[in-house]
Amino acid sequence: MIEAHGLVKRYGATMAVNDLSFSIRPGMVTGFLGPNGAGKTTTMRLILGLDAPTQGSVTVGGRSYRDLPAPMREVGALLDAKAVQGGRRARDHLLCLAHSNGIPRSRVDEVIRIVGLEGVARRRAKGFSLGMSQRLGIASALLGDPAVLIFDEPVNGLDPDGIHWARTLMRTLAAEGRTVLVSSHLMSEMALTADHLLVIGKGRLIADTSMDEFVRSSSQHSVHVRSPQAAELAARCREAGATVQAGSTSPLAAAPVVGTDAGTDPDVIEITEMDSAEVGKLAAAHGITLFELIPVRASLEEAFMELTRDSVEYQATGATR
Amino acid sequence: MTDATIAHTGLDHRAPFRAATFGDALRSEWAKLRSLRSTFWALAVTVVLGVGLGAVISAAAAHGYARSSASGKLSWDPTSVSLDGMAIASLAIAVLGVLCISSEYSSGMIRTSLIAVPKRGRLLAAKSLVFAAVTFVAGEVTSFAAFFVGQALISGHAPHAALGDPGVARAVVGTGLLLTALAVLSVATGTLLRHPAAGIAAMIAVLFVLPGIAQALPASWQNPVTEFWPTLAGGQLTTVHHSAHTLQPWPGFGVMCLFVAIVYAFAWTLLDRRDA
Repeated sequence: MIEAHGLVKRYGATMAVNDLSFSIRPGMVTGFLGPNGAGKTTTMRLILGLDAPTQGSVTVGGRSYRDLPAPMREVGALLDAKAVQGGRRARDHLLCLAHSNGIPRSRVDEVIRIVGLEGVARRRAKGFSLGMSQRLGIASALLGDPAVLIFDEPVNGLDPDGIHWARTLMRTLAAEGRTVLVSSHLMSEMALTADHLLVIGKGRLIADTSMDEFVRSSSQHSVHVRSPQAAELAARCREAGATVQAGSTSPLAAAPVVGTDAGTDPDVIEITEMDSAEVGKLAAAHGITLFELIPVRASLEEAFMELTRDSVEYQATGATR
Repeated sequence: MTDATIAHTGLDHRAPFRAATFGDALRSEWAKLRSLRSTFWALAVTVVLGVGLGAVISAAAAHGYARSSASGKLSWDPTSVSLDGMAIASLAIAVLGVLCISSEYSSGMIRTSLIAVPKRGRLLAAKSLVFAAVTFVAGEVTSFAAFFVGQALISGHAPHAALGDPGVARAVVGTGLLLTALAVLSVATGTLLRHPAAGIAAMIAVLFVLPGIAQALPASWQNPVTEFWPTLAGGQLTTVHHSAHTLQPWPGFGVMCLFVAIVYAFAWTLLDRRDA
């Protein structure tokens, strides 16, 4: 259980975390989602006592991290896979950490086995790929067999096989009743791993919701229609309370003919706030001919981008020169 | 592939655990120091420079003794001559001391360390204590070896010293003690400055540059500097013959220890307050 109350962190003029309150419950994977620079890592640093909050507080199991009597037994964390001294052998690195919390030597070999680094445990960490470093970082998080696990972008650098493994590991840890917090900036990754979502943007909490709820509420529905009487249908729909846009933004709609722009096709309209059945009935009632009637559902990725659009810190302008 | 392996470590099966102690932190820091090759190199350099350079200086000074002036003969201090190599050896200890914390900052390891040991004073104390103990052992071994090698080279050419002579044992043991104080100072400096290059530069300034500048000052300015500059004051513990405007051995070492304590207190406070 991780609980934050009115957490604020300011670095000079930058508001990295702005009034965050949340509680992360055991027994499920909580996905911590937000664009780059949203404050995910800062929040994790605050949880782990690396940074002191400007205001507010955060506790793990009811205590602030610095007051935990056996920190690694209670919380396992992977913040930055490359935060190891390269000159040290992987096994020695884990051994140093194990000693600091009185964790037996046998557990070091156990976690090396769990993450599949047996073959390279005696190699120096500076020769490790990002994927191997991630596994070493996950091993160090698991050392104390902790009830709370915190992973910052753990699948970065892992190959598809490794990603699948990490996902399964996190789900298993949660199923054992542990609290698991995993950050990512990829909605598609979270969709497969998390049960619960914490979405932040520009340091503020945007959503704190179950994955199912998020999918249901934020998946936008719209209806793509092609009709020779598009203008008339648009008018009827507006009368019925729907919002109608000319053209189509849907990638599912028929591809535009070469040389024409789908946005300027006068026969195509996009209707929101009305489902396809209603549009069809309305068209039938007024004798309007339809060529295409396609319900369009936004993907989770789009839903996430829509949600965080206003809070993206670094945005490309589209032009390349 | 390994999904099933962790099943038995489920929450219900977790073994009861005890609180982490200062002893655990000490073991961890000892393991850290031991598992890096740079430790062995720096300690090897300390011993080789301390003994080797001391031998060269002793041999050269002993051969020059016959031709030296009356006042030169009066201030002849064979103990101090044989321990001269330690000044350079102390640079190796200073570098290693700065690195043992600042390299954690440059690699990011400090975050991993502070997650493992969030009580920061405990981390710094464990690191300092382990490094000080290692330095003490290496320092005493080196200074005794340098003393015996040096005296063997001096005897026959110039008056030499024996451990039983007044002040000699104190100077030889004191050389290891001064090195130990320097070890704590360099860990504290590394903690304060966090960057390896800055920390090493600061230590070189304290050890060599500022005392060197003092030599160029007029006597009225120079005397208080040579008397009270921490490393020079501490150096009185390592000589038998004392020139004018210097502190007595133990008060001199006291000045050095006070300086180390002040820097350490700053390092402790900043480590505790700063974001890592």
